[in-house]
Amino acid sequence: MSASAQAIGVAESAKHGSLKRSRRWALIWSYVFLVMFAVFFLMPPIYMLIMGLKGSGEIAAMTNPWWVFHPTLENFKALLTSTQYLTFFRNSAVIAVAVVIVTMLIAVPAAFSLGRMRFWGSTTLATGVFLTYLIPDSLLFIPLFKIMAWVHETTGIALLNHWWALIIIYPTLTVPFCTWIMIGYFQSIPKELDEAALIDGAGYIQMLTKIFLPVAMPGMIAATIFAFTVSWSEFLYPMAFTVSADQLVLPVGIVTTLIKGDVYNWGQIMAACLLGAAPPLVIYAFLMDYYIAGLTAGATKG
Amino acid sequence: MDNGIAAKVPASSPARRMTLQKMMRRRSTVAFALALPLILLVAGLLIYPALYAVYLSMLDRTMSHFTGLRNILFLLHFDTFWMVVKQSCLFAITAVIFKALIGFVSSHFVHNLPAKGQRKWRGMLLVPWVIPTAMSTIAWFWLFDPTYSAFNWILAKFGIAAIPWLGVPDWARFSVILVNIWYGAPFFLIMYLAALKSVPDQLYEAAAIDGANWWQKVWYVTLPMMRNIIAITMLFSLIVTFANFDIVRILTAGGPINSTHIFATWAFALGIQGNNIPMGASVSLFMLPILGVAAFFILRDITRRGSSV
Repeated sequence: MSASAQAIGVAESAKHGSLKRSRRWALIWSYVFLVMFAVFFLMPPIYMLIMGLKGSGEIAAMTNPWWVFHPTLENFKALLTSTQYLTFFRNSAVIAVAVVIVTMLIAVPAAFSLGRMRFWGSTTLATGVFLTYLIPDSLLFIPLFKIMAWVHETTGIALLNHWWALIIIYPTLTVPFCTWIMIGYFQSIPKELDEAALIDGAGYIQMLTKIFLPVAMPGMIAATIFAFTVSWSEFLYPMAFTVSADQLVLPVGIVTTLIKGDVYNWGQIMAACLLGAAPPLVIYAFLMDYYIAGLTAGATKG
Repeated sequence: MDNGIAAKVPASSPARRMTLQKMMRRRSTVAFALALPLILLVAGLLIYPALYAVYLSMLDRTMSHFTGLRNILFLLHFDTFWMVVKQSCLFAITAVIFKALIGFVSSHFVHNLPAKGQRKWRGMLLVPWVIPTAMSTIAWFWLFDPTYSAFNWILAKFGIAAIPWLGVPDWARFSVILVNIWYGAPFFLIMYLAALKSVPDQLYEAAAIDGANWWQKVWYVTLPMMRNIIAITMLFSLIVTFANFDIVRILTAGGPINSTHIFATWAFALGIQGNNIPMGASVSLFMLPILGVAAFFILRDITRRGSSV
């Protein structure tokens, strides 16, 4: 009796031990492969940093490209005192902030209306909005280019080669998806809440601003981050619609003006990329959970 | 007026119907007004330009004569066009498959970790997605640079001859796909990690009791549970990758000898740089079939979900 009990106990602990061991091995392998993935994924940004810290003499000497022997901040200093780079940065920043504001002003009321209030055809419209998110910028840039030229001919308002015109164009990239995120958040709020608000005598606008916005704050933050990063990194529209150096935004400015020189000033180009990538990276570092929530909202909410 | 319901409940029924009707009318008017900016934006800056692209594609080069399908027919007899079609398909399909594979595998590894460390790794592995593509692609451009390639430097240490990453058509095709995989795989990682977390533990416990090994658990539990999200992520990524512009534009600008051009970069080269807007529009319209297929599947998914809830 006691012997058999002991035997069972031994067998159990052995099985337990092997499970534990196999789990430990799984963990070790996970770490090994994750380190490999991390090397692959982080190589370009690290390379940017390495090259950004190199002086032009060290780059010309073609020493080990993976190491900095004499780190210097001269590239960053040169950029931050170059009016051209600061112009790119200002254009990008003003556009991104303006686009975020325009996007939220359009997307939030529309999402509230489509997700909570409903009207004739609102379900179709919600689906349609989501489908328009699938129309890529690479299909629209040619007709938009032509339309902008036509606006200039008929009204005299020059849209082409003006950075502020991008504030009108970028919402096409951000509004559909942000509306979709917000519809998901608004729909997840219990129905009793707006019934209670109606009974208490709140109007629809009051209901939106006093109840729904505070409750859907995480969604608002996720949508804001999405709109900001999209407008910060958009490349095709500014590439097609702006030409003059003082009208460019960061991604296009770095590619066209810094690279086009006869002498590739790589240290400065890499520093420019790093500084240009900093705003989205900082936002991401502090608000990672919201960023990821916005990313996964499209799939999990519908 | 809004507190009408509460006050008028004891009133006679016709009066109540009146206020209810009025409220309904007001409700839908307000709703429509709130959605109006969105409708205008979508109609004016998305739907109209898309239709206008179709019209533009039917004009001649000077945009003064209507030529019907002549541009499209011209493209169909143009060797470079077929090369672009092939390259677009190769680029998009290969990249999406590898992104999905890397995302799937790495999401399992992250999921294996103790909960505390997951956040850190997830945060690190998503960095390629956060950096604006134009900027990270410039870094890649220099990693591939013929005279100062950091990859060739490592290869040289092992005695391997320098590889012309962007100089030879096949290597250039490989390089643009590699950069696209690098950029997109983290997105799949995040999606699949979220999906993995939503699979109930009981299913794995039940499978373990039935004696399933690791592969069987993946095949019979994880994959069926994740089927939806795998399909929808790949579909999305396929669209975005087909429409990609910045990576190819910055790395190769379509070269060498047009071998890496995809629809977007070729349309840009013809339409904006070559000043032949109708031809550029015609090229970009060839992205529509894939969009149509995607729209069909997504619509089906949405309606099915709608009816099941």
